[in-house]
Amino acid sequence: MALKGRDLISIRDLSREEIEEVLKVAHRMIPIAEGSKIDRRLDGLIVALAFLEPSTRTRLSFDTAAQRLGGRTITIADPTTSSVAKGETLSDTVRMLSGYADALILRHPNEGAARLAAQMSDKPVINAGDGAGQHPTQTLTDLATIQEAHGTLSGLRVVLLGDLKYGRTVHSLAHALALFGAEIVLISPPSLKLPDEVTEHLDQMGAKVREEDQVHRAVRDADVLYVTRIQKERFGDETEYAKVAGSYRIDNTVLSGAKQRLIVMHPLPRLGEIAPEVDASPHAAYFRQAFLGVPVRMGLLSLILTGKGSS
Amino acid sequence: MAAPRELKITPIKNGTVIDHIGNGLSLEVLRIIGVSELDKDSTVSVALHVRSQKMGWKDIVKVENMELSPRKVNAIALIAPTATISIIRDYKVREKRTVDLPEHIVGIARCPNPNCITNRGEPVESEFEVARRRPVVLRCVYCERQMDDFLAHLI
Repeated sequence: MALKGRDLISIRDLSREEIEEVLKVAHRMIPIAEGSKIDRRLDGLIVALAFLEPSTRTRLSFDTAAQRLGGRTITIADPTTSSVAKGETLSDTVRMLSGYADALILRHPNEGAARLAAQMSDKPVINAGDGAGQHPTQTLTDLATIQEAHGTLSGLRVVLLGDLKYGRTVHSLAHALALFGAEIVLISPPSLKLPDEVTEHLDQMGAKVREEDQVHRAVRDADVLYVTRIQKERFGDETEYAKVAGSYRIDNTVLSGAKQRLIVMHPLPRLGEIAPEVDASPHAAYFRQAFLGVPVRMGLLSLILTGKGSS
Repeated sequence: MAAPRELKITPIKNGTVIDHIGNGLSLEVLRIIGVSELDKDSTVSVALHVRSQKMGWKDIVKVENMELSPRKVNAIALIAPTATISIIRDYKVREKRTVDLPEHIVGIARCPNPNCITNRGEPVESEFEVARRRPVVLRCVYCERQMDDFLAHLI
């Protein structure tokens, strides 16, 4: 498999076939991630987790992924207590870590940090989120969730709802969905629409994209409802935020007109975008989505570090 | 009989003539050339708002005793894509070419995204790829932010 030794900085680095391979391997990792099967293919390998911006969920899922496969991890979890706090450049931190470990997982507050790290490192770099930039392993996790629920990624109607402007997960997901020929339906407050450059890019890919303004109408014939956080700081005043956030809230009433097979997804943590009553409905897929982050990262580590796909 | 040709700028013996610069952009071209780096005996002539058959109005810059580096030519291609560059030796045009925007543009403009890693003191030059050619839009290789207002971000 051609992923061995490669960096993963942006979802655009992967072809459709490569994404399919990652998802296939990730699927086979599920029993290992659940602890019902043992596989130690990363035995003797060290993965560096450089989290120069705190992110508990992503860090722990990578840590779990490496350890489930018998690998070991070294971690910078708190940049305020590391050499970074002394003013060391990212380039130096990365050069040091690439001397210690076999792969480097990087989370950083600045956009483009992962691309720079990949240039500086002689070991593979996986981007675990750089500022408002890319977060490809989240996208792969999203795709794995959709694939598991629907058995395919093609021909689906996927509604992207909420903050489509700043939500980095949405831009990468939209690209990937376009690769697989899904139909994309966008719903957002006017001030938080998908940026023009993303829309243009999707057009160039020949994606089927349309906008919708009524949540219940969009949900009616959708296969996937992908909800993102609408952040308070994007609004000038609190009442405007409350009004917008309220009109995009998903509850059982909104979902009552949905197809039975509709799944509701969210990158988590949520801030009230999805009512807790939805958790018990068969539509709720966001906790499964969070779990699948582990086998997806296991699959990636396996392909990048050992070249081993399925076994 | 044809009207006598009016010489607004005197010919130069050796150097470079940058012609067909978009109207009003010659001062930016001068910025790219870096007048302070020139030989102290060199003269720089600038003609602003010159009548042009092809363009209506244009600017012209002539610089004595200097030939442009590829990096400077790339920068000129960015802000003045219609420009032509003539190399003059002994009062004669020895080489004349249009500027050509390369696929990758390194170290000429700063990324407009203040949060981009290239603006954070790392030992790395800015780098863009051409996302679109007409009109020119560049995409930062690092943060993927697109940019079309190069003038504001020239280094």
